[in-house]
Amino acid sequence: MKDQSTKDLPIAAIVEAAIEKHGTNYDAFIPILLEVNKAVGYIPLHALKEIRLRVRAPEDGIFVNEGRLYSLSSFYHMLSTKPRGRHVVIFCESAPCHVVGGRQVWQALKENLGLKAGETSEDGKWSLVTTSCLGTCGVGPVVVVDDEIYGNVTPEQVPEILARYE
Amino acid sequence: MKITRSMVLVSSDPLSLQRGSLEIYRRFQEKLESYQLAEEVALSTITDVGNTEASPVVVIYPEAVIYGPVQPENVDRLVSEHLYKGHIVEEMLVPKRHLPSRMAWLQSRKGSLPAQQRILLARVGKIDPENIEDYILHDGYQALAKALSKMTPQQVIEEISKSGLQGRGGAGFPTGRKWSFVASAPGNKRYVICNADESEPGTFKDRVLLESDPHAILEAMIIAGYAIHAQEGYIYIRGEYELSQKRFLKAIEQAHEYGFLGKNILGSNFDFEVHLHSGAGAYVCGEETALIESIEGKRGEPRSRPPYPTTHGLWGQPTLVNNVETLANVPPILLHGAEWYRRFGTPSSPGTKVFTILGNVNATGVIEAPMGITLREVINIYAQGMKNGAAFKLAQTGGSSGSLIPASLQDTPLDFDSPRKAGVSLGSGALLICDDNTCVVDLVKVLLRFFRFESCGKCTPCRIGTQRCYETIRAITEGGGQLSDLDGLLRLAEQMERLSNCGLGQTAAVPIRDMLKHFRTEVEAHIRLGICPTGICRMVPEDETAELIENQMV
Repeated sequence: MKDQSTKDLPIAAIVEAAIEKHGTNYDAFIPILLEVNKAVGYIPLHALKEIRLRVRAPEDGIFVNEGRLYSLSSFYHMLSTKPRGRHVVIFCESAPCHVVGGRQVWQALKENLGLKAGETSEDGKWSLVTTSCLGTCGVGPVVVVDDEIYGNVTPEQVPEILARYE
Repeated sequence: MKITRSMVLVSSDPLSLQRGSLEIYRRFQEKLESYQLAEEVALSTITDVGNTEASPVVVIYPEAVIYGPVQPENVDRLVSEHLYKGHIVEEMLVPKRHLPSRMAWLQSRKGSLPAQQRILLARVGKIDPENIEDYILHDGYQALAKALSKMTPQQVIEEISKSGLQGRGGAGFPTGRKWSFVASAPGNKRYVICNADESEPGTFKDRVLLESDPHAILEAMIIAGYAIHAQEGYIYIRGEYELSQKRFLKAIEQAHEYGFLGKNILGSNFDFEVHLHSGAGAYVCGEETALIESIEGKRGEPRSRPPYPTTHGLWGQPTLVNNVETLANVPPILLHGAEWYRRFGTPSSPGTKVFTILGNVNATGVIEAPMGITLREVINIYAQGMKNGAAFKLAQTGGSSGSLIPASLQDTPLDFDSPRKAGVSLGSGALLICDDNTCVVDLVKVLLRFFRFESCGKCTPCRIGTQRCYETIRAITEGGGQLSDLDGLLRLAEQMERLSNCGLGQTAAVPIRDMLKHFRTEVEAHIRLGICPTGICRMVPEDETAELIENQMV
C-alpha cells in the first residue's frame, strides 16, 4: 500500500509550488511540510529529499538535511510520516469532551470502524486518530472527519456520520 | 428549562445563624413565592464569608451587591425593590470598612452587570470580520491613529502600565512592564509576536476573537510595534484554526490597502509588517520560547531561560510575545484611557476576562465578565445551572494546566490575585464544570494522558514524570493502586514542578496535587475498597493504553 498511492502524485511539483509560495528561509520549512502533507495526505520520504535539494543554499547560510525535516515531521501532530486513509477520523480526547460523554463516543468509533487509535483500515478508506483539544469544546464531544467538524456527537450518531463518506 | 436571572445568597456561618439568618432565608423563600420570582431567582446559603460585624449578610448576583446587617423584616423590601423592580437599596449596603478582605473585592465591582461590560467582545457578532470598513466604523484603527499622532512610544507604554493590564495567557505578567523591557533591550531589530497557539483544552476565546474581530488584534500588534520600536510582527496561529488564519490573512491584506500596514503608516514615518505563521499541531508551542523555535523552523522545544525572549527572542533579537486576548485590550485602553479601564474588574486585576464555559451545564459558550466573578455566579447565572439538575462537584479552571476547584471553594473570586492565594489558578479562562457523575481520578487520568502525549521530550522530569504519573493513576482506575502510590505521586509532582524546563511539566503536577488535596477520600476508595464511588472507572485492566503509546507519536 505504502507508495502505490503516491506514485502518481507529482511530489516534485508539489514541493516546487510550496517553495514558490513560502521561500526557502528557515521559517519556511514547517509551512512547506504542511503543504506537502495536505496535498499528499502524509509526508513521504522522497518528498523530504525533494525539499532538501531545493532548499540547500549554503551561500545564504541556510542548510537543511532530510534528518532535520524528518524530525519536524515526527514532532508536529498535523504532519504524518505514515500514509493515511482516504478519510481521516479525528477524535478529541481532551478533558472537556471526556466529561460530557466522549468515552462512549470513542468506543462507538472504534467498534464501527474496527480500528484502534492510529490505525488505517486495510482497504485504505479510514484512518482513526485522536487529537488534543480543537477549540470547539462548547459542543463536545467532537469528532472531525476530514475537514468536517461534528459537535454534540452521541454514540448512536456515529454510524450515521460515517455512512456519509464514500 | 429553568433559567436563573439572579441569585440570592444568605450567609449561614455560625455568627449569622446566631443572629437569625435562617429566618431570613425562610422569609426570602416566602417572598419570592409571593412575588412569583421563585422560578427565576435562585436562593442559596453561603458559609464562607469570613467574620464581619455586618453579618448576617445577603449577596445578590449578578450585580454582586452585599447587604448587611439584614434583619428578617428587611427581606420584603429587598425582594420588592431589588429583585422585583431592579433598584439597588443603597442605604442597606454593607459599609466597606465592615467587610472582611475576602469580600471586599465583591464591593469593588458593585452594580455592574457583565452584559454592560463588553470591551473585548464588543464588536463580536456585530461587524463583518472580513470588512475593514465595518471595523473602522466601530472605532477601528482610532487607537492606532491616536498613538501615532499624539503619543510617543514611551507614552503608549506608560498608558498600558497605568491600566494595570496583565497577560491573559495564564501567567498574568504585567503587560506594560514586558513592553518596557523589550523597548529598552539592546538590539538592532525587534519583533512583536502574537501568540495565537491556543491549545489549552477547553479554551477557545482567542478563536472567537480572531474569527470575529481580526482587525482589533492586528491594530494592537501595530501599536505594540510602534511602542517597542519594532518593524516586524508575527502572529502564530495554531494549524487547526483554519478560519482564523483565513480571516487574519484577509485583515492583513486590507490593512495594507488602507495604509495601516507597510511603509510610513498614516504619514508617521513608522513602518510595520505582519506575517502569519501557522502552527502544525503541538500544545507545547503555546510556551513562548517553543513558539519562537517553531517560527524559526525547528521542533517546538522550549529554550532554557534566562535569557528571556524580551532580550533574546526570535532570531536572537528582543521580542515581545503577547497573547491574543492581552493584545485585544490594548486599543480600548489607548482610546479611552487607563483610568477608564481601571473601573472594571478588581483593584489588583483590572479589566474584563473572557471565559469559556464547558461541561455538564445547560449553556456552554463564551462570556466576557469583569475580573473577580465567582464560579457560583458562572454556574447558576451564565451557564443556567447544572444539566439535569445534577449537583456541582468540581470545576477545572484554566485548561489542563489549571487547578481543580471543589464545590467548597466556588465563592473564590476569579482574578489573577486571589485564586493564587486560595490555591486555584485562573489560567486561560476555561471553566470546565463537572457534576457528581464525574470521577476525579478518571478526570486526572485524562489530563495526565494529555500531558504525557504533549510533552516535547526535551527534559527528563517532564518526559518521564508525566509518563510515570499517568501509569500510576491508570493503575488506580484499574484496581491496581497501592496507598504508597499516593506519596509517590506527590513526590513526583514536586520533582516535576521544580525541575521541569517549562510550564508544561511544571503545571502537570497541579491536577495531581489538587486531586489529593481536595478529593483524597475518593482516591483512597479506589485503593482501599477497590470501588469507584461514581462507577466510572471499570476497576479492571484495560488494553487501551498500549495502542495510544504505539501510534500517537507518529
